[in-house]
Amino acid sequence: MRIAKQAGFYVLLGLVLIFFTFPLYWIVASSFKERADVISSVPKLVPFVDFTPTTNNYRDIFFRAETTTGEGSTVSASADVSGFRDRLVNSVIITGASTLLAVFFGTLTAYAVSRFTIPLESDLMFFVLSTRMLPPIVVLIPVFVLFNDLGLRDSYFGLILLYTSFNLPFVVWIMKGFFDEIPREYEEAAMMDGYSRFQAIYKIVIPEAIPAMAATAVFSIIVSWNEFVLANFLNRDAASTVPPYLNSIIGVGAVEWGRLAAASVVFVLPVVVFTFLVRNHLLRGVTFGAVRR
Amino acid sequence: MAQINLQNVNKSFGPGVPLAVNDLTLTIEDGEFLVLLGPSGCGKTTTLRMIAGLERQTTGDIRIGERVVNDLRPGDRDIAFVFQFYALYPHLSVRDNIAFPLKAQNLPTEEVNRRVMDVAERLRITHILKSNPGRLPGGEQQRVALGRAMVRQPQAFLMDEPLTNLDASLRADMRVELKHLQHTLGTTMVYVTHDQIEAMSMSHRIAVMDRGVLQQVDTPLNIYRHPQTLFVATFIGSPPMNIVHGRMVGARFVAGDGQFWVELPPAARQYTQHDKRVSFGIRAEDITVGAPGGAGMAGNVVVREPLGDETVYVVSVAGKTLTAKTPPRIRFNPGENVSVKLDPAAIHLFDGDSGRALLPEGWSKHV
Repeated sequence: MRIAKQAGFYVLLGLVLIFFTFPLYWIVASSFKERADVISSVPKLVPFVDFTPTTNNYRDIFFRAETTTGEGSTVSASADVSGFRDRLVNSVIITGASTLLAVFFGTLTAYAVSRFTIPLESDLMFFVLSTRMLPPIVVLIPVFVLFNDLGLRDSYFGLILLYTSFNLPFVVWIMKGFFDEIPREYEEAAMMDGYSRFQAIYKIVIPEAIPAMAATAVFSIIVSWNEFVLANFLNRDAASTVPPYLNSIIGVGAVEWGRLAAASVVFVLPVVVFTFLVRNHLLRGVTFGAVRR
Repeated sequence: MAQINLQNVNKSFGPGVPLAVNDLTLTIEDGEFLVLLGPSGCGKTTTLRMIAGLERQTTGDIRIGERVVNDLRPGDRDIAFVFQFYALYPHLSVRDNIAFPLKAQNLPTEEVNRRVMDVAERLRITHILKSNPGRLPGGEQQRVALGRAMVRQPQAFLMDEPLTNLDASLRADMRVELKHLQHTLGTTMVYVTHDQIEAMSMSHRIAVMDRGVLQQVDTPLNIYRHPQTLFVATFIGSPPMNIVHGRMVGARFVAGDGQFWVELPPAARQYTQHDKRVSFGIRAEDITVGAPGGAGMAGNVVVREPLGDETVYVVSVAGKTLTAKTPPRIRFNPGENVSVKLDPAAIHLFDGDSGRALLPEGWSKHV
């Protein structure tokens, strides 16, 4: 009876796992397929058995401006194709900078709010949060006009500024909750030991806060990395990011599924790797309040 | 080594809130072990934090040695603070925790190592220097916190209930050890506690505070024998002093409907007047319980608490309840009638309005 129950549990677990990971597998598998294998009406699932893997798609998105299709006719690919490498670099720069800025300023703000008495503190904190209450698309038109007038369209700085301001409320709230949990005696002890408050923050509080900073950084990265709407409308050329590019592959001529899949895999990989690297911090950061003391 | 002096110090946490510390003037002598004692919220920790510089006094001056330290940062006051929760830096080893204050002074590495070892040997924690402080038992964390305070050789130690988180037997050991340590180092120590046993057993002098007001500063025995206010009388001592509220009728203290009365000894009479509202106090050990019909008032045993070395009786006398301590061989059962005799030389009288003691120290020599 117990064994049956356990077996049932694992079967259910397996089904859920397949449900969530199959789309990912399908994308990865498609990225290694020739066009004929991708569009085949019989699903080709297993590499080396159903289809012969190829790295052509990856070569194409990184090194080729145009390519030949399986039918033998030359399809002129959109200019976007050759731009993938640049898009990826743009995404890294914009996401990296906005995450660093959001975590840096958010941590300082959260520390101040947590440690000092600030007039109208709860109103201010609510105001900070309220900027997250409307979806970005609502402010798209005003931001577009504003950026147009200020010359911020198609610049790194414009999107970095926007993403930083989107992520700040989140960082401030998470980090404030975290700092509230760190006994202030730590800084006081350091201040008694002959350090200034800034030295105490740098030497004592920040090392303690790294798990939480890592956790908030992961969330900031995911938000900035995946953002589509603003990037699509504001940065169309020089400083464009990967998400609009993925969309543009679908939109131009015959859909290059293989290339789309390869670009998607390359796009998803950095976030997966980073999250994997900081996973221990992430867990500690998220459960911090629960396990301490 | 230094004297610490507080002059008319006030601390307010905002309008409408009672003063946390109210006009405190107190001098802690060089090399003295002074305990700030009082219930929670009495202002003792605030006082300690103001000496440390972690809180700024609203008005008044604080001196350490010859210097007025009002505007000095905590780190510049050359004093060490031991926190109730130790506040050991969790990401540093025990050695680095102890070395932390020395690194702020940019001392050479050999000097830092020598002083850390010195302190560690003294506190017998050399075997845990490489450990992570979070994994240590409470007693060892306590020693590490002490080590971090001692390593700087500061002018004074400030301690905020450092023994509260230890279990009872360890606390007793650490009391002895701390007292010995302070004696050998000879460093001024200000120690905050709500535990009167710690205060009585460790200190040279006790400063009792209540609601932000300093009640009395004196040696432990004087605090016990000659409490200057009703608060001190009831706060110090276990069981607490018996207090009966009433008024003077001639030379008699009378309470309730007049059934409970005590004739004051002649030496005490000059300190009070007819019809004055007073509170009468007497300690449990100054009450003798005897066979019925003996000298004193007639009473009835309510509760008997045999403690081994002594027996505590709660007796009802003329509608009032008194607690008496007697040697263990005297035995009465609950419900039994007894005679209750008060030692006339051991009585205390407090002003019914201000709570100040009415009898001066030494009045009873003439009883």
